[in-house]
Formats: sequence, C-alpha cells, structure tokens
Amino acid sequence: MSCGLDRRQVLAFGGGALAVAAFGFSVGPANAANDAAELIAKFTGGKQATTGKVKLDLPEIAENGNTVPMTFSVESPMTESSYVSEVLVVADENPRGGIAHFHFSPASGVAEANTRIRLAKTQNIIAVAKMNDGSFFTATKQVKVTIGGCGG
Amino acid sequence: MLNRRDVLQVGAATAAAVAGSGLGALGTALARQRLTQNELLRFKSLGNVTLLHVADMHGQLLPVTFREPSTNIGVGAARGEPPHITGAAFLKRFHIAAGSAEAHALTPVDFESLARSYGRIGGLDRAATAIKAVRAERGEDRVLLLDGGDTWQGSLGAYRTLGQDMIDCMRLLKPDAMTGHWEFTYGEKRLKEAVAGLGFAFLALNVRDTQWQEPVFDAYKMFEKGGVKVAVLGQAFPYTPVANPRWMIPSWTFGIREEAVHAAVDKARGEGAQLVVLLSHNGFDVDRKLAGRVPGIDVILTGHTHDALPVAIKVGKTLLVASGSHGKFLSRLDLDVRAGAVRGYRYKLIPLFADAIRPDPDMAAMIAKVRAPFAQELAREVGRTESLLYRRGNINGTFDDLICAALIEERDAEISLSPGFRWGTSVLANSPVTVEDIHNATAMTYPQVYRLTMTGARLKEILEDVADNLFNPDPYYQQGGDMVRCGGLGYTIDVAKPAGQRISALTHLGSGAPIEAARDYVVSGWASVNEGVEGPPVWQVVERYIARKQVVRAAPNTTVKVVDA
Repeated sequence: MSCGLDRRQVLAFGGGALAVAAFGFSVGPANAANDAAELIAKFTGGKQATTGKVKLDLPEIAENGNTVPMTFSVESPMTESSYVSEVLVVADENPRGGIAHFHFSPASGVAEANTRIRLAKTQNIIAVAKMNDGSFFTATKQVKVTIGGCGG
Repeated sequence: MLNRRDVLQVGAATAAAVAGSGLGALGTALARQRLTQNELLRFKSLGNVTLLHVADMHGQLLPVTFREPSTNIGVGAARGEPPHITGAAFLKRFHIAAGSAEAHALTPVDFESLARSYGRIGGLDRAATAIKAVRAERGEDRVLLLDGGDTWQGSLGAYRTLGQDMIDCMRLLKPDAMTGHWEFTYGEKRLKEAVAGLGFAFLALNVRDTQWQEPVFDAYKMFEKGGVKVAVLGQAFPYTPVANPRWMIPSWTFGIREEAVHAAVDKARGEGAQLVVLLSHNGFDVDRKLAGRVPGIDVILTGHTHDALPVAIKVGKTLLVASGSHGKFLSRLDLDVRAGAVRGYRYKLIPLFADAIRPDPDMAAMIAKVRAPFAQELAREVGRTESLLYRRGNINGTFDDLICAALIEERDAEISLSPGFRWGTSVLANSPVTVEDIHNATAMTYPQVYRLTMTGARLKEILEDVADNLFNPDPYYQQGGDMVRCGGLGYTIDVAKPAGQRISALTHLGSGAPIEAARDYVVSGWASVNEGVEGPPVWQVVERYIARKQVVRAAPNTTVKVVDA
C-alpha cells in the first residue's frame, strides 16, 4: 500500500500549470471538519457560481483513494482582458474540505492543472473558477472510494 | 448414416411445449425433433463485412453446462431493459418458444430437464468449425474475428499454464484482436510476455502507466475487409485494479476514459476508417451509456457482464452485441458498409450445441494436447451432488452456497464470504463432482482462504459497498460482478435505496440473532484483493469438504431477501 504518500508530496503539474507555479500556488488552508460549503462561500463572496466552462477530470471509481489523479481545465482566452484568476478545489466528505487553491494570470497561457488528491471516502469534488471580471464557474464530479474486490 | 452429432434428438415433452408458439429457426428445428449444424449456422449473408465475436470464455475449452441467471436486476435507465430480463419474461420479449433449444441456451427455465435433452453447449473445437464455415462462405477477406477477453482464466489448466493453454488454442483460430480483464491477474510481466507471443493484436486504449499516463498497449488497429477500412478499438475492463488486486499490476492505471475513447474514434475516422468497432470489456450497461455519449462508434462488441442477447441492441446509430460467456456462443454480425456508413445489418447469436456441431479436428487435437498433462487430475471424482450446482445470478447460487458451507466447516468460522464472480460452470444434479468442476468455479491467481474477525459494522459496510458496485443507478460507477455471497449470514437488500442504505435485517444464521454492529465475528473468505493474504487455496478447502461429505446438496438460497420496488 502507498498509504505513506501525502498529497502534498505528490503534487504534479501539467505543462500549462508549470508556469502557474512560478506565479505562486498554495495548497488549501487547513480547515476544520468539513467546511467545503463555507470555503466556497468565502471564495465567491456569496455569489452564485454558474455550472460550465470548468472541466473536471477524475475517475468515477478511485483505484486508490490515497492518490487519485485529478485534472481541471477552464475555458478562457487567458488574455489581459479575459482570464481565469483563481481556481478553488474542495471535497465535501474529507475530514477537511480544502484540497487546493490555484492562482493564474494571463501569462499562464492556459488555466489547467493536474495533481493527485487524497479522498477518505466516496464524495463530490467541486472546482470553482474565478474570472477576472468577478464571475464564477463551477463543475462537480463524484468519485467513489470502494473496498474493492468481487468484480467478475 | 445419422449419428448423435448430426441430428440431436430431443425429448418428446420438450417438443410438445413448442407446439403453437411463435417459432424461430431453432424452434422449427425442434419441432422436427432435430437440431443440426446446418440449422445452427444458417445465415443469409448481407453486405461486405462480417464480424465474429466471442467473449468471456473463462478458460473453457470443452463444451459446458452453464445456467444463465434467473436474477439480473437493472437499475436506473437499464431497469427492465435487456439484458436485465430473465426467464419467462426473456422468452416473451424475444419471441422464443419455451422448451426450444434457444430457450435452453439463453435462460434457466426448466434448466435441468432441458440440459439433459440438449446436452452441453460450446467447446472451442465447435467454435472453430463455425468460424471456419463462416470464413469459407464469406471469404477470409471479409471476416474479422474478435475476442472480448476473459479468455485466459477460469480453469485448472489456465491457472497452471498461466493462460498458455488458452493462448495456444486461440492462436489456431487466428483472431484479429482481443482485449482483456482477468488476463491482467497474471501480473504485468506475464501479460507483456504473453501479448508479445500472441501473433495478433492486444488492444487496450484505457490502460496507461501510472507515472506518465502514457499508453501501455495499442489503442486500435486498422483492417481492410470487403473493401472497407475498419478500425477496431480495444477497451480493457476499466476497474481491473479495483475489482482485482492492484498489487499485481502496480504500474498500470485503467478507467473508463470516455474522452480517450472519443479521441481514438476521431483519430481512426481521420485516418479513413469507414467502420468503427469498439471491442469492449466495459460491461453492457457501461457500453450502453458510452454509446449514447461518444458519437462515431458503429458497433460495440460488449463483454464482462456475460449477457447473451439474441438481437443486437441499437443506441442511436450504434449497435451493441452481447455474445454470452464460457464459449457457449459465437456472434455473427454482417454489415453493409457503403460511403462510410452502415446501411444495413443482420445478426445472429449462434448457440454452439455440442452434440449438433462437428468438432474441428485440428482444434480438438490441440485441446487434447493442452489438457493432457492434467487430464487424469481433472477427471478425478471428489464426491457427488444431489442438487444442481450453479453460480450465475445477482444473489447466491447453489455452487456458492456449497463453497460458503465448506469455508465455515473447514475453517471453523461463523460467517463466510465468497466473491460474486460471474464465471463458473454448472453441475447437474445426481452427477459426480470432479476436480475440474471445483476448479471451474475457483481457479484464479489469488485463491487464499483467509480467516479473521470482522465487526458487524464492517460486514454491513462490505455488503453496502458491493451492492453499490452492482446497483448504482449510474453505470459508470458499477464494477460488474454480482453480490458477494454469504454463508451463515442472512440479509435483506433494497436495490433502489441510495448507497449505504440498501442492506438491512442482517442476521447471524447460526443463532438467529441480529448481527450486532460492535461484536466481532469469525469470518472466512477468499479472493481478497490485498497483498500477502495467507491461507490454503480455496479449491483445496472445497475439495476437502466434498470428499468428507461424499454427497452434497445445496437448495436454492432463501437467506437473502431482495426488494426491488
């Protein structure tokens, strides 16, 4: 088992997001037990996020809940006048809701990143993107974490 | 001179049952009290390309007795839709006469008496005869033979030779491509080595290496058949590292990867493919959903869930074919492809009745050769069964109940757990139980029987987990397989409830008392996906039990109650 792996140690990035790292990237803050909704509310300032523009690529069933590959991308021209500034990723059933908080700028080229996340159980992963005009877009995907076996 | 192979005589009682019903081709044959190779293979050819498909053979080289499920519950959009209909409803839906050969091949109705009338079905030597006949009739340049996988596992011979017995026989058939699932349970090294020696393509677009997400196998292969450019894409079982031990394939990652399927379809079309075929081990419901979401696939040859359907199911413009399991059937799909589109098709699921179809001599010789090292052992009688032993079905089958009883008695446990595999052949009542029969229900590469304690809460968690893998309304969250089989433990399952709420009334059958969440129970089981499990192989435990009892009997299970409201 690779239970010893911690998501903070295994963060890996796609080409587009490499540039992002140079501009500053922070893993989500250590929050109290499941505060996913509060984190989103704080991030959006209570504004409604629209479903769309964000693509969240996660397996339907995790092969290993300790290290689940996740990729997100947000549709945007990434120009000075129109770009994605931040993306918040939360999980609604982990002991702590926060997973990651990414910062982008037009120089990022694309608003895309991939990493590996740790999921304690079956739950929804929610990504919320903040645009430079102050609007918010979101996507949700359920990932099942199962005991395994018995497939036949 | 007619012999038993040329004309299969059937009992008068079964023939009478057909009178007055809507007869298919096989029903007609039955009415004449004969079932011949010509009748079984008869097909009015159509168009310019023929696809032949086999899947889920599970190590079976000889004709088998295999009872199709009586319980196969569909959820969500699949509820009440094929393949989730069984028995009399199945016969009605497809206008098949009760008591006919087709009815016997496809349903468990009146199984035992019809099994005695019609004999065994399948055998790779019979399949070889059928395949050769189609190639001769159509011309090899119009025929593709595709194997949907789960071919190299499920018998003593396959286990001992790491699948080589199946590979040696399949190579004689010269398939054009295959994909896999249980093939992966021989480990990365063995699989790579076997694939290198196949002589035909092993396709799996959804398998990537864990480090760089790079493809491990070819995604698709292009063929030219009947003047048509055909792309065959391969999709391995998406949840192999979840349903089977991940430690055996540590560098590979799977998944449905809908976008990768989409990309491969587009790439193949871009290279001029006029016909796109997905050779899939997704399972029928996953493929039905996929067909509705990924455009440009003309045919999905489904596998994994072991469904045998007498018609091709159309989802939008995509045809779904389900060819059954254990070598019982060969699917033939003729396609008329013109100007890059399928203009017409004709389909037949051919049941390979072993007494009606002549075995191909070359294949028969190869089967005898690969079985020779184990022949004596396979034939050894361990005991007898007074009742029909079968596995397939959503809830316990009698063979599983026998295995569960063996685990409890031989390992001195209160409760036993046996995996809900869909493979495993049936044994008719009042027959000997041989070493081969036991291995057909147990042979795999992680057979250790464990014995440990579990709390009542953990037992419920396991049942809930497996129930959601089977009954999640979204097929992409299903793993295939059936409910884990339990010995010494009764419960009620409400299929339509949400995850975590389906299982209730858990009962410790030894005492009749309700299962207590906090109490420890001694549990024995097999097929753990964890590494380093210790214990004797399950076939040894089952053999010891049957040998000790000499005569076994397992009545249909009544300790699991299914609510399907």
